[in-house]
Amino acid sequence: MSPAIVVPAEQALTESVLTEDTAALDVIVAAGDGFAGIVPAGGEFRIVDLCGNQAADTLFYDAADLANRYSAADTIREQGAVYLSTGSRLLSADGDELVRITADTCGRHDTLGGACAQESNVVRYGTHTRHQHACRETFLRVGAPYGIGARDLGHNVNFFMNVPLTSDGALAFADGVSAPGKYVHLRAARDVLVLVSNCPQLNNPCNGWDPTPVRLLGWWSA
Amino acid sequence: VTADVHGSGALLEHVIPPAAHWSLLMRNGRSLTLTARQDGANASVLLFAAHDRVDRLNIPDTLKAQMSGRVCAPMVLMSDRGTALASVTGPSLAWHDAITGHSRDVDVAAFGPSSYAADRNEWRRSARAGLLTELRKHGRDRADLHACVNFFSKAAVADDLRGTLSFVAGHARAGDWVTLRSEQDLLVVLSTAPHPLDPAWAPGAVAASVHPAAPWEPDDPSVTFRPESARALAAARAVFA
Repeated sequence: MSPAIVVPAEQALTESVLTEDTAALDVIVAAGDGFAGIVPAGGEFRIVDLCGNQAADTLFYDAADLANRYSAADTIREQGAVYLSTGSRLLSADGDELVRITADTCGRHDTLGGACAQESNVVRYGTHTRHQHACRETFLRVGAPYGIGARDLGHNVNFFMNVPLTSDGALAFADGVSAPGKYVHLRAARDVLVLVSNCPQLNNPCNGWDPTPVRLLGWWSA
Repeated sequence: VTADVHGSGALLEHVIPPAAHWSLLMRNGRSLTLTARQDGANASVLLFAAHDRVDRLNIPDTLKAQMSGRVCAPMVLMSDRGTALASVTGPSLAWHDAITGHSRDVDVAAFGPSSYAADRNEWRRSARAGLLTELRKHGRDRADLHACVNFFSKAAVADDLRGTLSFVAGHARAGDWVTLRSEQDLLVVLSTAPHPLDPAWAPGAVAASVHPAAPWEPDDPSVTFRPESARALAAARAVFA
């Protein structure tokens, strides 16, 4: 049996002072839909889990060099910890900071679990899931206008998702640590292409068995 | 447990020196055994489907499908396309790191200046530099880099809120080994540079040997390990159906 991980309610949660009325970007991404856009250097970007327990699969790229993309392994190693939260610097494969988490009312986020795909759904759940909608479909669709293809899909962040890795080497998909209105707030260290897949997964608790919308907010001068 | 892989009948035997890079095209139905020649050796390994320009090892899918935070026998190493690339059939270690990546030039520079001009073939090179060079020999580049497996290395995770990581020095001893059975034609790319969290520059050589391997049967440990492992293995057999 794996040791239990307790996530205390009073863990270091941080809030942003920016308010919705001044946002340059304000979009609702429906369950199973996606988003792609550039956040300029110094711009701020927020993902709001409107209804709770909704995984927001997210990829970041150096907008000027798409091969210089978010690297989960480099990010994990350089911060010396598995989970992402306030203060985490999300690094590219070249070691550059792409974005930094500057506020987080959820507490911690996964970057080990990757994205769902129709093909990996078959591996995990069986052939009957082959044609269920999946994050990889969304990443390929919304990324294509920006030049993102299959080679360019690295290992993503799963905001609001709880994937505990324990000292005995076990990994599990646990119920969400998120709740309605929780958000994560990021600041771009350079011009960054952001891809979001609002996860359509129906076969595990990462979306509370009922995918729901997320809201994206951005603050930058045009 | 001993590996019966050093006898006669090898299709290929090669020793990769410390902090060097190498690649291998390997047919389906082979076993690749990597053996640490020195204590503390590390092999940062990338896997690609040889026939498929974009299919490659997917560490998150491999780990989540098999509910594991490490690589060990009898796990199946899975691709982006949901197929088994290789099965881990016989390691002498129960933990190989797959979450903390390979070393970069900046990690190696911490040990001081080194160059070919000064140090000849003993110069210190990062895993990233070596992996990229080897990828470029196969017409691949930065966009093809994915999270590697660091065979022979371990970064322990604490059961705390952050999941704090700590490098386990001396995890592998000389003679430790791991065997991968190819489930498709593979491109294997590796570097023997030290693990990026290793506080010492003490790279070890790694011996590689390739032998014919019997295809899996229904009672194979990798097939019976988990339903997910069995489905990925079946998917590999259906490639080019």
